[in-house]
Amino acid sequence: MNYELLTFIWFVLLSALLCGYAILDGFDLGVGILHPFIAKDDRQRRLVMNSIGPLWDGNEVWLVTFGGALFAAFPVAYATVFSSFYTAFFLLLTCLIGRAVSLEFRSKVQSPRWRKTWDFGFFASSLTAAALLGIAGGNVMAGMELGPRYVYQGNLLSQIYWYPLLIGALTVSLFAMHGAIYLYLKTEDELQDRVQRAIHPLFLTFAGLYVSATLATWWHVPHATENIANFPILWIVPILNALAVLNIPRAMHLKRPSYAFFSSAMVILAFASLFSVAIFPNLMLSTIDPAYSVTLENSRSSQATLGTMLIIAAIGIPCVLSYTVIIYWIFRGKVKLDPHSY
Amino acid sequence: MDVEILSRLQFAGTIMFHYLFPPLSIGLGLQLFLCELAFYRTRNPAWEAAARFWTRVFAVNFAMGVATGIVMEFEFGTNWAAYSRFVGDVFGSALAAEGIFAFFLESGFLAVLVFGWDRVGPKMHLFSTLMVFLGSAFSAVWIVVANSWQQTPAGYHIVWHDVQGEQMPRAEVTDFWAMVFNPSSVDRLTHTLIGALVLGAFFVASVCSFYLLRGRHDAVARRCLSIALPTALLFTILAGATGHDSAQKLVETQPAKLAAIEAHFETTDQPTGLYLFGWPDAANKKVHFGVQIPRLLSLMVYNDPTRPVPGMDRIPEDARPPIWLPFQTFHLMVGMGTLMIVVAGMACWSWYRGTYGERRWLLWAVVVMPLAAMTANQAGWITAEVGRQPWIVYPSVQNGVEMMGMRTADGLSESVTAEQVLSSIILFGIIYSLLFAVWIFVLNQKIQHGPDSPEELTEYKRRHKDESMSESIGHGGTAYGGSLMDKET
Ligand code: HDD
Ligand code: HEM
Ligand code: HEM
Repeated sequence: MNYELLTFIWFVLLSALLCGYAILDGFDLGVGILHPFIAKDDRQRRLVMNSIGPLWDGNEVWLVTFGGALFAAFPVAYATVFSSFYTAFFLLLTCLIGRAVSLEFRSKVQSPRWRKTWDFGFFASSLTAAALLGIAGGNVMAGMELGPRYVYQGNLLSQIYWYPLLIGALTVSLFAMHGAIYLYLKTEDELQDRVQRAIHPLFLTFAGLYVSATLATWWHVPHATENIANFPILWIVPILNALAVLNIPRAMHLKRPSYAFFSSAMVILAFASLFSVAIFPNLMLSTIDPAYSVTLENSRSSQATLGTMLIIAAIGIPCVLSYTVIIYWIFRGKVKLDPHSY
Repeated sequence: MDVEILSRLQFAGTIMFHYLFPPLSIGLGLQLFLCELAFYRTRNPAWEAAARFWTRVFAVNFAMGVATGIVMEFEFGTNWAAYSRFVGDVFGSALAAEGIFAFFLESGFLAVLVFGWDRVGPKMHLFSTLMVFLGSAFSAVWIVVANSWQQTPAGYHIVWHDVQGEQMPRAEVTDFWAMVFNPSSVDRLTHTLIGALVLGAFFVASVCSFYLLRGRHDAVARRCLSIALPTALLFTILAGATGHDSAQKLVETQPAKLAAIEAHFETTDQPTGLYLFGWPDAANKKVHFGVQIPRLLSLMVYNDPTRPVPGMDRIPEDARPPIWLPFQTFHLMVGMGTLMIVVAGMACWSWYRGTYGERRWLLWAVVVMPLAAMTANQAGWITAEVGRQPWIVYPSVQNGVEMMGMRTADGLSESVTAEQVLSSIILFGIIYSLLFAVWIFVLNQKIQHGPDSPEELTEYKRRHKDESMSESIGHGGTAYGGSLMDKET
C-alpha cells in the first residue's frame, strides 16, 4: 500500500482510538465527577459506582492502546508529546491510579471514614483527569513551544493559560453531562429522579462553554479553521456537532434517554473529528517556528511497520469490538448490587 | 543528581513495583481456572467456594496491576524520548499488539469473571476465566518480546533521517518475525511465564496451608492444595530448566552479562569454575569470600567441563556492565529456586503420604514461600536489566553487518529536567507506598475472611433465586446489600 495512504489511515485510526476512549471513559469520568452530588446515601453511592463497575477497566484500555499505537505509528510524536507534557501527564497517571484504586477499595471496609476518603478520591481523580485531558487537548490545538530536534522548551506553567483552561472546563462539563445521561439509563426510582434533575443544569453549563470555546478557537487558533476553509465539505462536522448538541435536550424531552446518550456520544465524536481536522497534517505544531513542528510525515514509522501494524489492527479490531459488544450486552440493564459488587 | 540516574531509578522503581502484581495475576489466573474447571466437572460446592474466593483475591491484585501498568506504558515517552524515537519503529508495534490482543481480552473478560457469577452460565464463566488467564499471558508475550529485542536485537536495520539538518539514526524493521523471534525471546518468555506460574502456585499453597495451621476452611484448603502443591513442584523445576537454557544462550548473545553474573574476570585456557556465592570486587578483579566449584561453569555453559568460558577482559572497557549487583541477584534467584524445589518436593511427598497437615514446620515453610518466589522474580529481572548495561539497546551483527546500539545515557528525554523527574519520583513514591499499604491491608482482610463455606454459598444462591423471581413479578429495584460482602468486615 502507498506510504501516504498508510500514514493517513493510521492518523484516522489513532483519532478513532482517542475518540473511543473519550466516549467510553468519558462517561466513567463523568459518573465519578457527579458521584458525590447525585448519590445521597451509601447504597446509592454503591449503585453509582457499580454502574461503571464492570466497564471502566476495559474503557481505559482504549487509552493504553492509543499510547501503544501512537508509539508504533508515530514514534516521534509519542516521544515528543509525552516528554513535553511530563508533569501534566504524571498528574493524569496519578488520577487514573486514584480512580482505579478508589473503585476497587472503597466498599471493601465498612467504616464510614474509609468510604468517605475513597469517595473523595474517586471524585477528585475523575474531575482532575477530565480537566487534564482537556488542557492537554487545548495545548495541542493551539500549538506548543517546540524547538529544534523536537525538544520542548516550555514547562507546566506555559501550558496553563486561559485557552487550555477553557477547553479543560468544556471537557469536564461534557463528560459530566455524558455521565449523567449514562447514569439515567442505568438507574431507577429515586436515584434516577435525582439524576434527571441534574441533567438540565449540566446541559446548560455545557452549552455555554461550547459556544465560548467555539468563539475562542476561532479567535485564538486561526490555523484550526484553515483546513475547513480549504475543504468546505468539512463544514459538515461542525454542523453535525451543533445538531447533536441540540438533540440532547430534545431526546430527553421525548423521554428517549438512549437517543440522548447516542447524541452526546456523537458530540464527542464530532469534537474528536474537529480536533483531528484542525491539527492535520501536524501532530504538534511548534509556535516557535513551523519548521520545528512534529508532522505526520516526519514522525511516522517506516512503511513496512505501518503495513504490519495495519494487519495486526485488521485482526485485532474485530476481536476487540466483538467482545466489547458481548461485555456490554452481558451487563446491560439497570445496576443491581450483589456480593461481587464494589 | 542528574537526569540519567534519576530516570533509571524511576524506571527501576516503577517497573519493579508494577512487577509485584503481574506474576501473581498470571499465576493465580491459572490456579483459578483449574479450580473452576474442577467445579465444572464435579459440581462440588467446595470447588465453587474456592473459585469465588480466589476471584476476589485476583480482582484486588489485578486492579493494582492495571493501575501501575498504565504508568509503564507512557514512561518510555515521558522519560526516554530519544530511546523511543530510536526504537519506535520496532518497539511500538509490540506495545500496540499488547493493547489490541492482550489488554482488551483480559479487561473485558475480567468483568465477566468478577461481576458475572450470577449473570452468565457456568460454561461462559469458565470460558471467561480462561480468557483472562490467556490475556494476561499474552501481555507477557508482547512486552517480553519487546524487552528481548533490546537485549538481542534482530530483524532490523539502521536508517539515518534528516531532522532539521541533523542526521539521526533509527532502527527500522526489515523482518517482523525475525524481530519477534529474536535470539532470546522464546527462552526468556518461557522463563518469565513459568516464574509467574511458580508464584501463583505457591501463593495458593501458602494461603491454604495457613488455613490448615489455623484449622479453618479445611475442605476448601485441601482441595486447592491438591492442585497447588504438584503444580508448584512442576513449575519450579521447569523454572530451573528454562533458566539454564537462558544462561547457556548468554555466552553467544550477551557474554558481558554472563561474565557479570558469574563474576568471571579473566579468560584463561583452563576450564572455568562456578561461584556458589561470594563478594565480587570489580576494582581488583577478585571475588572475596567466594566458594568455587571447579569446571562447573564450563560444564553448565558448553556441556563440556574442559572448555574455557570467556571473561570480562574480552569486553571493551566502556561496554562492561556493573558486576556486583547482577552477580548477587542472579545467585539470589538461583538460591530461591533451589529452596523452592526442596520445599515443594518435601510438601508433595508428605501430601502423597497423607501426613501434610501434621508437620507444622513444613506448613510454615510453605506459608512463607511466596516471598521466595517474588524475590526470585524480581531478582531475575534485576539480573537481566542491570546485566544489559551500559546499553539500552544492544549493538548486534545482522547478516554480517555491524549495527550500532544505543547507550542508556543517550536514550533520555532532552526536554525533561532533573527537578521534574525528582518530583515525579517523590509523587509516585508516596502514592505507591500508600497503595502498597492498602493492598496488603485488603489482601490480608480477604485472606482472613477466607472462602465462604459451601453451606453459605448454597443459602446465598437460594436467596438470589427468590430475589430474581420476585423481581420478575414486579418488585424491581430491591438491591442486594451484599449479604456475603457485609460479613467480610
Ligand atoms: C510478565 C508479565 C509482564 C511484564 C514484564 C509487564 N507487564 Fe504490564 N501487565 C501484565 C504483565 C506484564 C499483566 C499480567 O497483563 C497485567 C498485570 C496485572 C494485570 O492486571 O494485567 C499488566 C498490566 C499492564 C497495563 C494495564 C492494562 C489494562 O489496563 O488492562 C499496562 C498499560 C501495562 N501492564 C504495561 C506494561 C509495560 C509498558 C511494561 C514494561 C515496561 C509491563 N507492563 C511489564
Ligand atoms: C517486569 C519486570 C522488569 C523489571 C523488574 C525490570 C527491572 C529494571 C531495572 C532494575 C532497571 C534499571 C537498570 C539500571 O538502571 O541499571 C530497568 C531498566 C529498564 N528496563 Fe526493565 N525491568 C522489567 C521489564 C522490562 C520490560 C518488559 C522492558 C521493555 C519492554 C524494560 C525496559 C527497560 C528500560 C527501557 C529501562 C531503562 C533504561 C535502563 O536503565 O536500562 N524492562 N528495568
Ligand atoms: C533455578 C535456576 C534458575 C536459573 C539458572 C535461572 C537463570 C536465569 C537467567 C540466566 C536469567 C537472565 C536471562 C537474560 O537476561 O537473558 C534469568 C532471568 C529471570 N529469572 Fe531466572 N533462573 C532460575 C530460577 C528462577 C526462578 C525460580 C524464578 C522465579 C520464580 C526466576 C525468574 C526469573 C525472571 C522473572 C527473570 C527475568 C526475565 C528474563 O530475563 O528472562 N528464575 N534467570
